[in-house]
Amino acid sequence: MSRARADEDEYWHSSKCRAFTFDDDDDELCQLKESKRAVNSLRDIVDDDDDLERVSWSGEPVGSISWSIKETASSSVSPPEGSLQKGSSSYAALPKQASSYSLSSFFKGRNKLGSFQSLSDALSDAGVKSYAPELRRPKADYKDYSSDWSPKDTVRRMQRGKVCSLERFRSLQEKLMLLDEAVAVHDGNVITAVLIFLKRTLKKEILFRELEVRQVALRHLIHFLRESEEQKLLLDLFRFLDRTEEVALSQYREHLNIQDADKRKEFLKGCIGLPFSAEDAAHVQDHYTLLERQIIIEANDRHVESSGQSEVFRKYPRKASILNMPLVTTLFYSCFYHYTEAEGTFSSPTNLKKTFKIPDKQYVLTALAARAKLRAWHDVDALFTTKNWLGYTKKRAPIGFHRVVEVLQRNNAPVQVVQEYVRLVEDVDTRLNLATKYKCHDVVIDTYRDLKDRIQLLAYRCKVERGSSEEDKIDSILSNSQIRWKN
Amino acid sequence: MASPGRRDAPEPPDFAVLKRLARDQLVYLLEQLPGRKDLFIDADLMSPLDRIANVSLLKQHEVDKLYKVENKPVVSTSDQLCFLVRPRIRNVKYVADVVHADKAAGRSRKYKIIFSPQKFYVCEMVLEEEGIYGDVTCDEWSFYLLPLDDDLISMELPEFFRDYFLEGDHRWINTVARALQLLSSLYGPFAKTYGIGRCAKMAYELWRELEEEVEGDSQARRPEIGHIFFVDRDMDYVTALCSQVVYEGLVDDTFRIKCGSVDFGPDITSGDRSIKLLLNAQDKVFAEIRNEHFTNVFGFLSQKARNLQAQYDRRRGMDIKQMKNFVSQELKGLKQEHRLLSLHIGACESIMKKKTKQDFQELIKTEHSLLEGFDIRESASFIEEHIDRQVSPIESLRLMCLLSITENGLIPKDYRSLKTQYLQSYGPEHLLTFHNLKRIGLLTEQSPGETFTAVESKVSRLVTDRAAGKLTDAFNSLARKSNFRGISKKLGLIPRVDGEYNLKMPRDMAYVFSGAYVPLSCKIIEQVLERRSWLGLEEVVRLLNGNEFAVTDPAVEDNPTWESQRVILVVFLGGCTFSEISALRFLGKEKVAETVPDCPLARGEAKDPALPPSD
Repeated sequence: MSRARADEDEYWHSSKCRAFTFDDDDDELCQLKESKRAVNSLRDIVDDDDDLERVSWSGEPVGSISWSIKETASSSVSPPEGSLQKGSSSYAALPKQASSYSLSSFFKGRNKLGSFQSLSDALSDAGVKSYAPELRRPKADYKDYSSDWSPKDTVRRMQRGKVCSLERFRSLQEKLMLLDEAVAVHDGNVITAVLIFLKRTLKKEILFRELEVRQVALRHLIHFLRESEEQKLLLDLFRFLDRTEEVALSQYREHLNIQDADKRKEFLKGCIGLPFSAEDAAHVQDHYTLLERQIIIEANDRHVESSGQSEVFRKYPRKASILNMPLVTTLFYSCFYHYTEAEGTFSSPTNLKKTFKIPDKQYVLTALAARAKLRAWHDVDALFTTKNWLGYTKKRAPIGFHRVVEVLQRNNAPVQVVQEYVRLVEDVDTRLNLATKYKCHDVVIDTYRDLKDRIQLLAYRCKVERGSSEEDKIDSILSNSQIRWKN
Repeated sequence: MASPGRRDAPEPPDFAVLKRLARDQLVYLLEQLPGRKDLFIDADLMSPLDRIANVSLLKQHEVDKLYKVENKPVVSTSDQLCFLVRPRIRNVKYVADVVHADKAAGRSRKYKIIFSPQKFYVCEMVLEEEGIYGDVTCDEWSFYLLPLDDDLISMELPEFFRDYFLEGDHRWINTVARALQLLSSLYGPFAKTYGIGRCAKMAYELWRELEEEVEGDSQARRPEIGHIFFVDRDMDYVTALCSQVVYEGLVDDTFRIKCGSVDFGPDITSGDRSIKLLLNAQDKVFAEIRNEHFTNVFGFLSQKARNLQAQYDRRRGMDIKQMKNFVSQELKGLKQEHRLLSLHIGACESIMKKKTKQDFQELIKTEHSLLEGFDIRESASFIEEHIDRQVSPIESLRLMCLLSITENGLIPKDYRSLKTQYLQSYGPEHLLTFHNLKRIGLLTEQSPGETFTAVESKVSRLVTDRAAGKLTDAFNSLARKSNFRGISKKLGLIPRVDGEYNLKMPRDMAYVFSGAYVPLSCKIIEQVLERRSWLGLEEVVRLLNGNEFAVTDPAVEDNPTWESQRVILVVFLGGCTFSEISALRFLGKEKVAETVPDCPLARGEAKDPALPPSD
């Protein structure tokens, strides 16, 4: 499967797929900015209140239906009469001419060709015939009602939306013929209608037994029960079919309807014993533990915050409650507000990490994001520093250092901090790229020196400030006779 | 941008008739409730309704106030209430609550529900159960098809995907059949019908049955559409899962195109309000860039900006008369163009900013590796990191699904660990999302004994015919293997190119994915149309799990010299993406046939196969 890496790099650099270069100082963005300037410079010529299309504050064209509904909502009782009509003709999207004929009169009759004659004339181009939907059922429909239609005829009539009584299908055999016929004509609406009838007139065990060998109908019943929220019958059905996992998931789904956190927690506790797959059982257990934890943290922090004792809460007031947030968000929160707490407390990051077996990579990413946001560069440093048995310190990260740089940069870290991590980026090209982008001159200079690339170094000399220490550094390297330049 | 040497695409038929029909029927229905009334509209119907009617039309027919159907007490003082809704249980229950509240307050009013596009038995059942059957009258507004553009019609039924593919509910198949009946009565008959997929086959059969019933007028009409092609969305999930890189696709991925229009926020309009912009062929700037690869768009826009400036500059040195002419004749057009240009430039800028932030290049690279099937480990760890960093939950799912489909399922170790991390990053309730994705076959785990594939597909082929329909689904779930690699090889979906793929002058449909992949759905359509049958594609069809068909209507003369015979209607059952539409437009120019992609069932849905756990 895998190609050699070099091969692959070459592939990406050389080939057809070099579709996107989204780096910011690209030609393309420049081009775009230029176009924008050009267009904007025209703005004063083009006064904005042109009559192209009138648009309300919400952006809906005035006179559109969505706009009008918003109007009704905001003025709740009676919108100003005039405003509804104002500008109704300015909705550019609509063809302005009213249709030249009125269909209304044609819809009334049902006798086929005759009544549509004039409509076809109006449309002139095609022989339009039978698309006019049946709107009013003529009385005749009820008159030709007969009590001895076959299941086939009955289904056919139902398909046309006609009134049909199913009561006369009393034997199981007839009921099933009706169902099979509905399935055979692929009309879900009729299938469900027949199922509702069967559900009403058959014992559920009998119905379930018959549906087990009729998969299409079975899926319709399941969907219907779900939509009409007949949870109890649905669970019975799943149990009958021995679909234990569905039983568990259907019950678990209900927690979404419970708003109160404590009640939801109790409900989840009840879910733990349900017949989930082994893997999902662990997830549900975690879900419960997480919410339980969040409830404790929330109560505690709300208290601390309102008492105003803690500096971090004063400086960075909480924007939202932590309840029902994902685990990673909770970890971020705890790294933000409770970073230094001992492992024993529920809110400490290390405790969360242990309890939920959060992988190292995930933990480091999250902690980094949180500490960088607080500009706690010292903590960031500690996150990546390891000591070996000889007492040497070394920087290591379970994620690429380019990711670290990215996070630091996003949080406006000082150049000295960023520089340290740029230096650690393994891939030379990426390192040079990042270093140039974030103006980590030292890293650029050292990298070119290590590459023994005199030409690039000379070129870079033009980019640094005149008389700066960087320039001195480049000069001293260039004059170093020890280095054997490759060019 | 037509290139020389290409035959021009034929004009698509005039779809505006569909709008007029829907509007007139709505008027008729409103007149059925004479007198002043308040109208309550389903949120999902608001945008489609806006495209065919406006407030003054409703007012002309005595609609007093407009409300959205939402869970709020009704404040209306009108004696007549009319509800315009999709046929859903929850909507009928809403009406029931209104009626009950009125009864409790001793108030009597007239109620009418208009279901669009049709009424379901379930809805009446709810009325009966709630004890208000008879208090409320029901009607149907057969608004099946909304023309979104010159060459695009939509059913605007986003729930189709979920209802059919996830729940296995056939309720919309009849709706599709009725929509086709309408199309064929207006633009047909069609000389030839092709299709692939189970839903495609059912919809076709149901449609034929409807046609047979009304048969009788056999007067020769000159059809405006030559052929019709049905494709089930589950024939090709891969294309829907790839990041879009043509302009229209990117706009959709970034801002969501809803019902043919997009909301641009203040950052794009450089004003203090957002603007709703219709995106179609009428927008001259958009029309030229919509199908272009994103990298070509900047050049075009800057050229356009320069031209515009030059045209404005002509004012200088004009005398009064010339100036008068300029103002009366050209200024309006220039202003319009200026406005559109500035909006699209703003949109491009915003897309660029967003994509740069998201590591878009890395993401595309990963997608391409998955499509080609190498460096799977590296891709898996990219996805993992994507999840860990809590980048967009939808995108993470999209990547996982792409990995699963291209590899015929995730290896158990990956499945477990990605799922666990996903739940940790985005919330434990996504357990339900994973379950849904597994059921639908988008995200699965390789099972240890993958040996019975051959038997399995054989059996499922045997039972796909109609008589044994009831057995099919049971096997279907077993047979849901994507076989993407095999299909890709057979159809040559990954073009081998020496040197750089020229995105400015694309050679094939692969340009919509930067030259890395030809969309499978479009490739099948191309192949079948070229052969005018499925002959020679047996192996591909087998890998796709069959259900293909090709039917010629003997009553229609298949005359390839007719312009209209080159017009082809493609029906995507379950939605399609803008990339596919662009690819089909390309195909329409390049080959003989213009393709009129019809995507019933909002494209958005297929693009985000993420199924929210809320149900």
